[in-house]
Amino acid sequence: MIRLEEASWRVGQTAIVQDIALHVRKGETFGLVGPNGSGKSTVLRLVAGVLTPSTGRVRLDGIDQSRLSRRRAARMVAFVAQQADTSERVTVRDAVELGRTPWLSMLRPFGPGDDRIVVHALARVGMSDKAERYWQGLSGGERQRVHLARALAQEPRILLLDEPTNHLDIHQQLSILRLVRKLGVTALVALHDLNQALECDRVGVMQAGRLVACGPPAEILTPDLIARVFAVRANYLTDPADGHRLIRFALSED
Amino acid sequence: MTVSATIPVRRRSPGPSRLILGLAALIVALAFGVSVGETFIAPEVIWKTLSNQIFGTDYPLRPIQEGIVWNYRLTRAIVAAACGAGLAVSGVVLQALLRNALADPYILGISAGASTGAVLVMVLGIGAGALSLSVGAFAGGILAFSLVIGLARAAGSGIGLPQAGLIILSGIAGTQLFNALTSFVIAQSANAEQVRGVTFWMMGNMSGVRWPDVRLAVPVSTLGVLVCMAYARALDAFTFGAESAVTMGIALRRTQAVLIGVVTMITATMVSITGAIGFVGLVIPHAARFLVGVRHDRLLPASALIGALFLVMADVVSRVIVPGQVLPIGVITALVGAPGFAVILIRGRRQRA
Repeated sequence: MIRLEEASWRVGQTAIVQDIALHVRKGETFGLVGPNGSGKSTVLRLVAGVLTPSTGRVRLDGIDQSRLSRRRAARMVAFVAQQADTSERVTVRDAVELGRTPWLSMLRPFGPGDDRIVVHALARVGMSDKAERYWQGLSGGERQRVHLARALAQEPRILLLDEPTNHLDIHQQLSILRLVRKLGVTALVALHDLNQALECDRVGVMQAGRLVACGPPAEILTPDLIARVFAVRANYLTDPADGHRLIRFALSED
Repeated sequence: MTVSATIPVRRRSPGPSRLILGLAALIVALAFGVSVGETFIAPEVIWKTLSNQIFGTDYPLRPIQEGIVWNYRLTRAIVAAACGAGLAVSGVVLQALLRNALADPYILGISAGASTGAVLVMVLGIGAGALSLSVGAFAGGILAFSLVIGLARAAGSGIGLPQAGLIILSGIAGTQLFNALTSFVIAQSANAEQVRGVTFWMMGNMSGVRWPDVRLAVPVSTLGVLVCMAYARALDAFTFGAESAVTMGIALRRTQAVLIGVVTMITATMVSITGAIGFVGLVIPHAARFLVGVRHDRLLPASALIGALFLVMADVVSRVIVPGQVLPIGVITALVGAPGFAVILIRGRRQRA
């Protein structure tokens, strides 16, 4: 579904991401982890088509992303970036309606069908009762859910999320990830929390602009790799209540 | 979470009735603009003049009155309306594209650059007539805007959108530079008496507007507003920034090129006819947002109408406020606009807090 072929992105001579080869399968929830500045956001922006690879290629469903019109690409991929804010007095519903943009034109104005999609998207993120609230009055978590609803209103087959659980309380964090998994769309998610990454179908680990490991989280996120990439000591613990495994971190020097 | 049934499906509010109301108000304002002045002209005389001129009727009128109505006041009022509509829409577009509540053609230096371009054409005598003046103004406007954006980017992060404050500061620098160039060229020019004065280019002036100006201003602002209307949805998509607009299917470069081209075309044309009139593009969009909200399919026509109304009335005020003297129209728009600017600044601060 998403295929990066030796994709690199450079600013001048500096490679921000380099030779990324990655294949995200249809319907899969793929987690992208790595320290700050390792290039996770850049990979997402390459897939979203906001950036064009300096070398290499990004294919969506086999089609080169850079050959797609923005409109066609936006019908296929929706992107929830970090910190997309506005000073305009838009309502929650206004913001979600923006998601219909790639489907509309002068000859095909916003209609009842679009309205149903918007209402449904609001319901899926639990913001139905706040549809008429203004953006400025929303909490960080609510804003994030509005962005997710806006992305859902785009009816994408691929969802890109850049650290979607930032600013969310713990309940919202868990419910957003569950929601993404339940949607059944192909999702590429940059994550900070490695315990959340354990819930993905597969993960890719980024370090200094390169993809250094890729596979099922339980196999990839070994204490050894975590020590190498994140410079922390990691131990797997097992929750005695349900046998669920989780990672505990400590500084290496402790 | 099946609350969806309880949300009312939003009724798209009927814009047309308000639009008709606005157009009616504009016609009344135009009539008012024609009748008020050093000598009052009765509405009856206006209608008769229009009828004589347009439908070839033969009402007996005093030629001097008919002349004032047809050649002076009507042209002036129509150009004021076209100019107000065009500048207000330019302001809306720039504010959306740059995501900056303080953006407008005057503050960003486009008007000042257009003045310099027009003055250079006049002094150097390249080509002839109104068209080449507008072309020179267009070139100057584009150059000034590119410089301002370039400076803001160089001073800022390098890529992406310059910070709000930086672009305004760059705009001020650009405005000062091009105003200085305009003054320099005028001061240096041998045929200074042929060239319109410095105040004309910096404060705007509606006197001397005749029918050829109407034939230029009305099509340009109509076309400009229509093109911007066609991009209403794209402008909405900029709500959360250019990157987000791209991911919602907006062809960024084409959209920016078309819209900035159109805005510069409108501004340059208006500057070449009336000089640089400030604050219309800044204050009117905010007033319109207050009335019809932030969605561009309604904000653009509302701004065009309010801008037209505002400038027609500002022109009337500029003619009657000091008896026996006509003030530059930019004085009036600045008197209204500067406090408006202050209000926007203060409200913006509150929003960020």
